[in-house]
Amino acid sequence: MPDTLAQPMRFGSSSGQPVTRRDGIAKVTGDADYAADHSPSGMLHAVYAPAAIARGRVTAMNTVAAEAHPGVVRVITPANRPALQGDPADKSVMFTFRIEVLQDDTVRYAGQPVALVLAETLEAATEGARLLDPQYAVEVPRVTLADAESEPVAGQGFGQPADTTHGDVDAGHAAAARSVDVTYTTAAQYHNAMEPHAIVAQWEGDHLSLDVPTQAFALSCAGYARYFGIPAENVTIRCPYLGGGFGSKAIPAGPLVLAVLAARDVGRPVKLALTRKQMFGPVGHRGATEQRLRIGADGEGRLSVIDHDNVAETSTFDDFVEPAANASQGLYAAGALRSRHRAVRLDVGTPGPMRAPGEASGSAALECAMDELAEASGIDPLEFRLRNYAETEPGTGRPYSSKALRDCYLQGAERFGWSGRPSAPGTMRDASGLLTGWGMGTALFPAPMFAAQARATLKADGTALVETSAADMGQGAWTALAQIAADSLGLPLDAVEFRAGHSSLPDGGVAGGSGHTATAGGALHAAGLDVVRQLGEIAAADPESPLHGAGNAQFVARDGRLFVEGDEGRSDALADILVRAGGAPLTGTGRGARAPEAAAAHAMYSHGAVFAEVKVDPDLGQIRVSRLVGAFAAGRIINPKLAESQLFGGMIWGVSFALHEEAKFDRRTGRIMNADFAGYHVPVNADVPGLEVIMVHEDDPHVNPLGVKGVGEIGIVGTVGAIGNAIRHATGRRVRRFPIRIEGMLG
Amino acid sequence: MPLSMTLTLNGAARDVVLDDPRVTLLDLLRERLDLTGTKKGCDRGQCGACTVLVNGRRVNSCLTLAATLDGAEVTTIEGLGTAAALHPVQAAFIEHDGFQCGYCTPGQIMSAAGLISEGLDAEDPERIREGMSGNICRCGAYHGITLAVQEAARRMAADGQEDAA
Repeated sequence: MPDTLAQPMRFGSSSGQPVTRRDGIAKVTGDADYAADHSPSGMLHAVYAPAAIARGRVTAMNTVAAEAHPGVVRVITPANRPALQGDPADKSVMFTFRIEVLQDDTVRYAGQPVALVLAETLEAATEGARLLDPQYAVEVPRVTLADAESEPVAGQGFGQPADTTHGDVDAGHAAAARSVDVTYTTAAQYHNAMEPHAIVAQWEGDHLSLDVPTQAFALSCAGYARYFGIPAENVTIRCPYLGGGFGSKAIPAGPLVLAVLAARDVGRPVKLALTRKQMFGPVGHRGATEQRLRIGADGEGRLSVIDHDNVAETSTFDDFVEPAANASQGLYAAGALRSRHRAVRLDVGTPGPMRAPGEASGSAALECAMDELAEASGIDPLEFRLRNYAETEPGTGRPYSSKALRDCYLQGAERFGWSGRPSAPGTMRDASGLLTGWGMGTALFPAPMFAAQARATLKADGTALVETSAADMGQGAWTALAQIAADSLGLPLDAVEFRAGHSSLPDGGVAGGSGHTATAGGALHAAGLDVVRQLGEIAAADPESPLHGAGNAQFVARDGRLFVEGDEGRSDALADILVRAGGAPLTGTGRGARAPEAAAAHAMYSHGAVFAEVKVDPDLGQIRVSRLVGAFAAGRIINPKLAESQLFGGMIWGVSFALHEEAKFDRRTGRIMNADFAGYHVPVNADVPGLEVIMVHEDDPHVNPLGVKGVGEIGIVGTVGAIGNAIRHATGRRVRRFPIRIEGMLG
Repeated sequence: MPLSMTLTLNGAARDVVLDDPRVTLLDLLRERLDLTGTKKGCDRGQCGACTVLVNGRRVNSCLTLAATLDGAEVTTIEGLGTAAALHPVQAAFIEHDGFQCGYCTPGQIMSAAGLISEGLDAEDPERIREGMSGNICRCGAYHGITLAVQEAARRMAADGQEDAA
C-alpha cells in the first residue's frame, strides 16, 4: 500500500457521519440501567468497613454490636471469611492486580476493606459496618514519595516500564548549547467515575450472574471464574452501560469479589455499591510522580538529548508504576533519548491505569520543559517544536503509519491566533486587568489494538444482527461500532441491530487504551466482510443472480446490494440472494487484532496540538482557563460528533490535571483527607471555558483496515502542558508542581 | 417504627410506608419504589447526580430525608418526559451530545429543568455554567450540556412553558 493516498479513504455511508447516540433516549429518560439499579428478589445489601489507618493490623472489631443491629444478616471478617478458591495474589489474568479480600488482618492502605456486613436494607448494613468500630495496632504510614527510598521497577510488563536508551545520551548532553535540568511533580489522582463501583451478584449452583460495570467482559469473567474456581463460561456479566470507567473498571476489584463471595456464602443475591469515599483506595488511581527532565538543544534550537527520569509510587503489595518517562520517547527528533523509571513503595492502594496512563503525567512535564528550553533558546514555543519535528520515530527510525501533526500545529495555531503572541511573559492583560497568557503543548498517544471477536448475521428481510461484547462507558460504542458494522455489510444503520454489553456475546476485547473502536470495530468489520464473501459465493453459484459466474471476483456490499468490485453494472440485492438460497440467515465471524509484523513495521500514534489561554488575577492568584483549542489527527473518525465529545472530555481532564485534582494525604494516619467531591476537585461546568476541537484529516493505510486510531485519551495529553505554559506566559511564574493552585501564584 | 406518608410522585398520589426513619429520598426512590433513574454519585450532596424536583425546586435527594416529605410533590427523571414525548431539555441533551456515560445525566436534566424554571436567561452562558455547576460530569460533557440548556430554555420560552417541569 502507498504511504499516502491522493484521495481520502472511502468507507461506507455511515462512517464519518455525526450520528446521534443510539442510546440517547435511554440515557435522558432514566431507562439506561447501571449495575446498582438492579435489585433481584431476596437481595441483601452489603457495606464494607474501610480501614481508618494505612499501615498496621486490625486487633479487634465489635462484631457483636454489628450482628445485633436489626436487619443485619451476616458479618464477615478475616476470622470467618469463607474460602476463596483462587489466590488473591494471582495475576495470571491480563491486567489483573492483587486484591484485598479479608485474607488476613493486615492493613496495607487506608480504605482497605476490613469487614463486610450484609443486611436486609442499605441503612442497616451501613449502620452495622459503622458499629464494628475496628481497633488497630498502628505502624507509621508511608504515603508520599518522600516517605520511602525509591527502588528499581520490579519485573517488566503492564505498569512495569522498562528503561530505554537510544543514541549516546552523554554526547547529547555535551553537545547542548543550551539545556534545562528541571524536576516536575504530579499529584496522586483518583478516577472517580460518576458511577461508583457496584455489583449485584447472584449464584445459581456453580453459575454466577453479575450486574457489574466492566471495561473488559472476557477478562472480567476469567477473573471472577479464577477466584471462585469455576469455568469462565459459568460467569455471566451484564453491563449495557458503565457510568464511566477511565481505566478503573477493567478487572475485578477486591470489594466486588468480596460481594460475590458473600452472595455464595449466604445463598442470596447481594448488592454492593462503593461510597464515594471508598473510591479512594481499592479501585486504583494514578500514582504521584516526580520527574526530572534534562533536555538540551544546539545553537539552532535542535534537540540533542531528552533524558527523562521518573519516580512514581506503587503499593507495598503490587507493582504498577506510572510509565511517565515513556511519554517523551516517541515525539521529538532528539539526537539521544533516555527513559528511566523507579518505584517508591507506599502504604496506598495499588495505582493503575487512569486515562492516558504515563502520557498524561509524562507529557505534562515534557511539554513544560520544552517551553523552558524554547524560552532559554529565544525561540517561539511552536517554532521550537516544528524545528524538532520527527519525520520518523525517534530512536527506532521506524516510519510513522501516518502523522498529520504538522497540520495539527498549523491549523490549531491559526484558529487560536497564536501568531499574535508576544514572546515576553507577563505582558498581556485583558480589559478587566487580568493577566493573560497563551501556551501550547503537543499531544501524542499510541494507537494500540487488542484482540476482539464479532459475529454478523444477515437475514432474508435485509436486516442484520451484529454482536460483540463491547463496553460503552460513554465513548459511544453503541453508536460508532454499529456504524462500522453497517458499512461492512453495506446496509443502512437502521437495518442493523447491534448487540453488545453482555458476556455471552463474542469477546469484544477491552474498552481501554483508546483501542476499542479499532479493535472491536475491526472485528465487526471482518465479520461483515465474511458475510459479504459468503454471500458472493452464493450469488456467483446462483444462475438467477446477476452476479452468476463471478466466482473469482471480489465482492463489495453497498446500499443493501452486492456488487462485483470494479464492475458497477452487475449487482444483486443482499436480501434477494438470501431469499433465493432458501432464506436462512447467513452468519459471518471476524477478529480484530494487529499482526505483529504490522506492529513492528510502523510507529503508530495519534497526534495533536493544544493551545490554551489562561487568565490569572494579579491580586488573588486565581487561575482560570478561558480558551482551549485542540487540533487532533487520529486516523479515520467514525463519528465526528462523538469523537469531538471524547476530545472535549479529554481536554477537560487536562484542565483538571493542570489545576484541580490532587489527593491530599494526612501523613499521621495515612488517610486521604479530601476523599470526596467537596475536597477532591474536578472541573464543574463553570470551570470549563469555550472549547474548540479541530479534527485534522488523516488517512492511515497501515494502522488497521479501518484506518482508525482512537481519541479516548489523547485530549488530556497536550492540554496539561499547554495550561502550565500559558500560566508561565501570563505571570512569568514557572510552576513545576501539578496541580497549579493559587498558592503557586503567591509569594 | 413504620411511618406513613403521602406524596405526589411524578403526578400521581403515592402512599408510602417508611420502614426506617434513616431513609433518604434517594434511597426511597431507588431501593423501595423501583425508580432507579435517579442516580447516587456521592450521597453527600456534592455531585448532583441525584437531583430531583421537590415542589418545583431542585434538591439533592441524597440529602433529603424521606420522612420530611409528607405532602410534597416530587418529580424525577421518570416523570419529566417519555421516550415518545421527550421534555425539551431531554431532547436538547440528545441533540447537543450533552452526556457520555449517562450516569450524571438524569441529575443534569432535572437540574436544567429546575434552572430554567428559576427564570434563567438563555442568552447568558456564564449564568448557565454557574447554575449547572452543582452537577458534576466526570466525562466532561459540559460543552454540550451548556448548549443543550441554552437551547431548551429558548425553546421553552418560545412555547411559554418555563414551568412545564
